Amino acid sequence: MSTETAMAEKRSYFPQDLGKPMTGAQILLRSLLMEGVEYVFGYPGGAVLPIYDSLYGHELKHILTRHEQGAIHAADGYARSTGKPGVVIATSGPGATNLVTGIATAMMDSVPLVCITGNVPQNLIGTDAFQEANICGITFPITKHNYFVRDAAELPRIIREAFHIATTGRPGPVLVDIPKDVSNQVTNYYYPEKVQLRGYNPTTKPNRLQIDRMCQAIKGAKKPVILAGGGVVHSGAEKELLDFVEKTKIPVITTLMGLAGFSGHHPFHLGMPGMHGSYTANHAIQESDLLISIGARFDDRVTGKLSTFARNAKIVHIDVDPAEIGKNVETFVPIVGDVKLVLQAVNEKAEQPETEDWIKQLMEWKRQYPYSYENDDKVIKPQWLIQMIYESTKGEAIITTDVGQHQMWVAQYYLFDNPRSFITSGGLGTMGFGFPAAIGAQFANPDKTVVAITGDGGFQMNMQELAVAAEHNIPVKIVIVNNRYLGMVRQWQELFSQRRYSAVDLSSGPDFVKLAEAYGIKGMRASTPEEALDVWNKALNHEGPVLIDFEVEPEENVFPMVPPGAGLDDMIMGGE
Amino acid sequence: MNKHTISVLVNDQPGVLARVAILLGQRGFNIDSITVGRSEEAGLSRMIIVTTGDEKILEQVMKQLHKLVDVIKVQHLSANPMVARELALIKVGANAANRSEISGIVEPFRASIVDVGPNTLVIQATGDSGKIDALIELLRPYGIKELSRTGVTAMMRGTSLAAKIAN
Ligand SMILES: Cc1ncc(C[n+]2csc(CCOP(=O)(O)OP(=O)(O)O)c2C)c(N)n1
Repeated sequence: MSTETAMAEKRSYFPQDLGKPMTGAQILLRSLLMEGVEYVFGYPGGAVLPIYDSLYGHELKHILTRHEQGAIHAADGYARSTGKPGVVIATSGPGATNLVTGIATAMMDSVPLVCITGNVPQNLIGTDAFQEANICGITFPITKHNYFVRDAAELPRIIREAFHIATTGRPGPVLVDIPKDVSNQVTNYYYPEKVQLRGYNPTTKPNRLQIDRMCQAIKGAKKPVILAGGGVVHSGAEKELLDFVEKTKIPVITTLMGLAGFSGHHPFHLGMPGMHGSYTANHAIQESDLLISIGARFDDRVTGKLSTFARNAKIVHIDVDPAEIGKNVETFVPIVGDVKLVLQAVNEKAEQPETEDWIKQLMEWKRQYPYSYENDDKVIKPQWLIQMIYESTKGEAIITTDVGQHQMWVAQYYLFDNPRSFITSGGLGTMGFGFPAAIGAQFANPDKTVVAITGDGGFQMNMQELAVAAEHNIPVKIVIVNNRYLGMVRQWQELFSQRRYSAVDLSSGPDFVKLAEAYGIKGMRASTPEEALDVWNKALNHEGPVLIDFEVEPEENVFPMVPPGAGLDDMIMGGE
Repeated sequence: MNKHTISVLVNDQPGVLARVAILLGQRGFNIDSITVGRSEEAGLSRMIIVTTGDEKILEQVMKQLHKLVDVIKVQHLSANPMVARELALIKVGANAANRSEISGIVEPFRASIVDVGPNTLVIQATGDSGKIDALIELLRPYGIKELSRTGVTAMMRGTSLAAKIAN
């Protein structure tokens, strides 16, 4: 909502242009400016030539990535770090299909994106023309909505709607497919003041009666616990959540997507739930008598075996998307609404329940079973590495990750303190996400320290974007947690396939330091904790982009672990 | 597991039927039939979806449909008294000897013979799906050469009363 008003303020741009004839491409760019867009990430091609021609010397800043997937993840990182919609442009056919992974990534994590794709001219649509792909058809299931534009006169309305849909209610990606003839078509420019969509009215204000029922349930609870998800971050409800916790003294578990939604330092923070969650978080869920889910959607990585999940608890489910309620778990009190508004309403009424014994128990578990590993002063333990990065940045950095073991270690050992400071692909688990997302976050936050923590596997999926970091000399720090394996897969093979390490060996390289140097970027390497400290200090003080290859213990595992299909209290603690 | 009839008012846009069908398929919902046509309002179409599932599945189907931007309204018709009709064309084998016998079967169903060929008859039937199922069963012994059913279209009975019930 804050972004809505921010954009509305910018919407007074270019009144002098109203009514003037322009091409569809020019209209598109004007419309983007009207929506407050500052950066677009993209890659040109034949079907978007008119758009790129209009971009020439334009005040919109276009970042040329080296792959469309890099562009959309960068737009995603921009969006997640700011709350403003990310914008990406790709050409028809292969350009558009290269966006697919990024669109699905954003859809699963409810990230607002507007994806502009070119298409072949309308007279060629459906003829299997050169570089034609039915991108609307392909992306039906992975967009919140999509548009095929038939007339340039409709572009302003469609762009206005696209931004509205992407950013309101449950955010998500919207795709706008523009055939080349529409980009070239000349028509008079206008921009609609209002969005009128009969079929789209997200409920943001909660129902009073349900709020009362929730407060009643809190009053009677002996073992309440909060499960806070990405919805807290999307609605900017960090403060309201903190108020709620302080007022009711109910402890908090944050999902992967909700991690930066509540301070990692807070004594009432119990950690992350689920497959690699903390002992305390998982046992708290299993023991609780009231589970208050706030903007979380009960993903199977969180719940483990559904039939035993929170078996003693009544569930209060707060979500802006009504379809989430009742989808996976049965709900005692359903509350549809924007998390921030819901918490504001709850905070007016809720009373603190009697939970002294419960909290004592939880604090005891926290003390007894923290995330732990065996350290070593000769080899870099990845957990130690994350802790070291955390301590040196005091939780102030924006951290992006890829997917795998390093991602889980970041979730466990980096304590986030600030909203929108943790950027990771949760729902889809997209390798190759972290580094380009960091680029987008760094463009959006030029003065902040942005660290991409990635695996040697995931980094190699989009390392071509080193060129972007070099070209713009952005100070992004790339941390490769290099275990020379597809670590997370190797861990599963170790635990569940009797160490049959099928297709996970990455020891053949490349030499990441040389790779960085080939792009004109500073590259460094560390293979002992001592070197790691030294190199990391240099990296933090380096002004441009820097890549650090940390050679870590190759066969370290992430613990605790709830085996796939098991209940949350069925945890392998490690070191056993 | 019950059959449910759902009415969905949608923008009359290209691709809307595909959107709905993909959504139902993606979520693993089963579709018994789906029909689309113009509605009482220009620019809007009405889809009637018949699906099978328990209450939980029904609730999800309705909620997921509602998420589509092109969906204006979703109504669970079979929760209230409704009229549901299907049209079927049934081509059966027939000869001079059994024609009158067939027409004797067709009549009580208020179906009609709409085409007579040298060795076939085409029967047109309308009614709820159960009635059409029954007619088909009776005609089966004569040899069904071709069968084409439209799927169900439906609406709530009455207006003011039904509206009261719905609320
Ligand atoms: C695009 C994609 N392909 C495959 C996977 C499956 N996968 C999950 S984790 C993982 C291994 C990641 O290895 P690496 O990037 O080296 O990180 P590590 O686990 O070693 O920290 C794989 C292959 C995925 N998540 N995404």
